[in-house]
Amino acid sequence: MKSLETLQAELTAALACSLELVPNPAVPAQSSLRIRSDQALALAHFLRDTPDWQFDFCSNVTGIDWPDRTEKIKVKRLVDGVEKEVEETRTVPGFLEVVYHLYSIARQDGPLILRQRTANRDTDTTVTSLTPVWRSCEFQEREVFDLFGVRFDGHPDLRRILMWDGFVDFPMRKDYVEPDDYEYEPTPHDEVLERAQRHYPAGEAAA
Amino acid sequence: MIDEGLKNELAKQGVFVTSVQELYNWGRSNSVWPLSFGLACCAIEMMAASMARFDISRFGSEVFRPSPRQADLMIVAGTVTKKMAPQVVRLYNQMPEPKYVIAMGACAISGGPFKQGYNVLKGIDRFLPVDIHIPGCPPRPEALLHALITLQEKIAGQPLTGPERPRHLNAAVSGEYPVPEFGPHDLQPPRNDGLWKPLPLVRPT
Repeated sequence: MKSLETLQAELTAALACSLELVPNPAVPAQSSLRIRSDQALALAHFLRDTPDWQFDFCSNVTGIDWPDRTEKIKVKRLVDGVEKEVEETRTVPGFLEVVYHLYSIARQDGPLILRQRTANRDTDTTVTSLTPVWRSCEFQEREVFDLFGVRFDGHPDLRRILMWDGFVDFPMRKDYVEPDDYEYEPTPHDEVLERAQRHYPAGEAAA
Repeated sequence: MIDEGLKNELAKQGVFVTSVQELYNWGRSNSVWPLSFGLACCAIEMMAASMARFDISRFGSEVFRPSPRQADLMIVAGTVTKKMAPQVVRLYNQMPEPKYVIAMGACAISGGPFKQGYNVLKGIDRFLPVDIHIPGCPPRPEALLHALITLQEKIAGQPLTGPERPRHLNAAVSGEYPVPEFGPHDLQPPRNDGLWKPLPLVRPT
């Protein structure tokens, strides 16, 4: 496969779209391209239909939840008339991300990894559905909708797929609180141990 | 009740003596028809048990019925998700008396590896009266056959009169159990408290 930089340059030239290369410095080195939701459909059609690329198969769609996080930054401030470097914390708003793995069966090539991000985690969680381009996205986008709460614009049948229709939470989000229904577990550890300690105080019968 | 020694002695003389209760229970314990119904990988072992190698028909249970109306035994073979649980209870309610339940495998008896997850029931005995539990992940077909034989012994030992008589001979007892509803976060109710009474647990200090 040609490098992602080549692809990025080619796509930018052909479609006049803005792409961000998201590097992966870990061992798999599977870097990805972050695409904008308003350009996603045109870009997907291009990737599928251009003879040079022919990404005809979307094998995987998954979601990632990036919660709000705080980071420390160094800023210059005037302290008592003297300019000093002060450490400050600021909150980086979270977002949801959808990841697509594309393969080309015709050219025996892949994977090409695309990412789409939502604006935030609660009010605007819409991205563009790629189901009109790759049919195999349909159920997997429904699953991402079900478990992460990402809404897919242009999806033909967006409903919950694993949980029931009246369910209101999104279980794969980091801030999901599951029903407090702990029951005996022979070897509890980590979070389960905390729940065990809360439900079965040492030396006392369970309530 | 007839004396066991006398019965054996008479049998040697070619006289077969039995009681209505024994005959009745012998008949129904050797024709337990399961519901053909599987939920996950345990169902594959259940199918294997019905095939020629393990041959569940040796015990009169080869007639897997596709309709709950014709089945006597529900083998809960596999993971019961919270989304599936109401349907499982509904199927049980649709079975005619006498009916029995075998919970097969770690998931059906306790939730198994998914126990602390958000979408798996922590055992079907929260909603249904389970007669036999089989541990294993999945249990071997021999374990299912053992469970079936244990169930047959249980059926054969049921008295037809008195307070211990089976449910279908006791008009005062209902064989239907409430079907849980889908709530916004969990099943409503999350368990049948009239049925599920765990032993009090104490964590050692």
